[in-house]
Amino acid sequence: MYNKNNILFLYAILYFAFLYIPVMLLPVFSFNDAIHMVFPLKGFTLKWYDQMINASRLHQALFNSIKVGVTASIFSTLIALLAAKAFTKYKVRLRQLSYGAILLPFVIPEIIIAVSLIVLWTGMGLQLGLIPVTISHVLFCTPFCMLVLISRMEGFDRNLEEAAMDLGENAWGTFWRVTFPLVLPAIVASLLLSFVISFDEFILAFFLTSNDQTLPLYMWGQLRFPKKLPHVLALGAVIIVATSIIVMLSYWLRNLGKPTDKKSNIGGI
Amino acid sequence: MIRYWEKIYAKSENIKAYALLFPALLMVILAMASPMLLTFVTSFHTQVSMMEIDTTLTLGRYKDFFSKPVYTTLLGRSIKISFFVTLVTLITTYPLAYYIAFYVKKNKMLWIVLMTLPFWTSYLLRVFSWKVILGHKGVVNSALMALGMIEEPLGFLIYSQTAVVLTLAHAWAAFAILPLYVSLDKIDKSLLEASYDLGNSKFQTFWRVTFPLSLPGVIGAILIIFIPTVGDYVTPQLVGGTDGRMLSNMIQALFGRANNFPLGAASAVIMLFSVSLVALIVTYVTRKVSMRMS
Repeated sequence: MYNKNNILFLYAILYFAFLYIPVMLLPVFSFNDAIHMVFPLKGFTLKWYDQMINASRLHQALFNSIKVGVTASIFSTLIALLAAKAFTKYKVRLRQLSYGAILLPFVIPEIIIAVSLIVLWTGMGLQLGLIPVTISHVLFCTPFCMLVLISRMEGFDRNLEEAAMDLGENAWGTFWRVTFPLVLPAIVASLLLSFVISFDEFILAFFLTSNDQTLPLYMWGQLRFPKKLPHVLALGAVIIVATSIIVMLSYWLRNLGKPTDKKSNIGGI
Repeated sequence: MIRYWEKIYAKSENIKAYALLFPALLMVILAMASPMLLTFVTSFHTQVSMMEIDTTLTLGRYKDFFSKPVYTTLLGRSIKISFFVTLVTLITTYPLAYYIAFYVKKNKMLWIVLMTLPFWTSYLLRVFSWKVILGHKGVVNSALMALGMIEEPLGFLIYSQTAVVLTLAHAWAAFAILPLYVSLDKIDKSLLEASYDLGNSKFQTFWRVTFPLSLPGVIGAILIIFIPTVGDYVTPQLVGGTDGRMLSNMIQALFGRANNFPLGAASAVIMLFSVSLVALIVTYVTRKVSMRMS
């Protein structure tokens, strides 16, 4: 629309720095040969990474996080897939209400969801632990998954399904041979994004687990001890790089095979 | 006759749709609505001893909440902080979303991905890095001292409400950029040209056309930022100090060490109710103001 605006461009660059500098600091200091995070930098070292690899409680926490993340991402993607299908294929009565209800966990403060689940869980006489954490993560991830899936399912040509039907496929065949391959990239993107959300989630896990730690809880526990800090930074750097790659991959998947004029349509998150 | 079959078909469409929605709605009911309802009921109970709760219904916990100044202070502060976080985030991200929507021609998608990528990296780590940046021996202070610009560390940087607002505005930026960008990008460019043809300046066009048309995005951003940030626990704990403590830290204590579930439940109910109310008012006012403008 407009040609050029140097002031706005400069602002965009500055804002970019504001967004990225805090995130980049941790990886920078993870290679620094000093316990405290203070400038000037002391020298290059890999010893914090060595310490990280050998921290045994970290391994257990990592395993827990992966367990919770994989379970939560599979369940939330499945639930969201069915819901997205309903919203894109049918004229649902009370559409806004159902839609809003499913997106609600995304808006309600996590602490409210967390304490409510504590009240329910302990009220039923059950032990807090990774199960309520996983349930809360499924609840929290489903809205994201649904938005990702809906934006994909709205994007493709309905005629393709009808053509398959006309060519003699039944509903099941149409689904497996036409719909599913078309939606598959979004399903994978939804699995990846919900895994990342669950993997990084802190508040729900903090409230709802007892002894079993997830990775963010492990980091939280270590932040109190200055001497333990550098290996948390190393861990943080690895997590930042890994999640960035996964998220980039999922963005790429979501645009795969879309008509070019729709490429900027990123609907939701 | 045809009408009749149409009705049946429409109904069966609804049945099919709700069969598909069933798992999602069941989950929301079982894992969110009923626990929240139970919490609401618990807020009318009384904690007698460590393990014992008296289930006679009473308004006592609400009285407790409003009679002790610490609770109302924390509630007011939580809402104030969320309000400023929302305001700061909107003001700082609007020009950016505007730039991407109207000036960026190639690789818009790449811009959006880059602007939202930090949001996906660990929330805990992002908050922690602000603690490191603002701390007494932190990055800002040590850098300024190394450069000889200050002799003593600047103490006001961390453990304040400003630090909480800054950290949260950074953490929630993506939630403002996306809705703002989507609403700005949707604006029909011929409307802007029409405005220029009618003799409006660039500034007038912005206030009379662009801004009012971007309000759905503004309202969306307000709702997604204002309500969840009020319940944030990590940021006040790490960079807030005593001055930046929020109601959520108190709720955590009531469900943890203090072990007073009913009072914690009442605090949670009050928090959710008041923040929703304020969000509704803000949305309403924004809409009214915009209608007057355009």
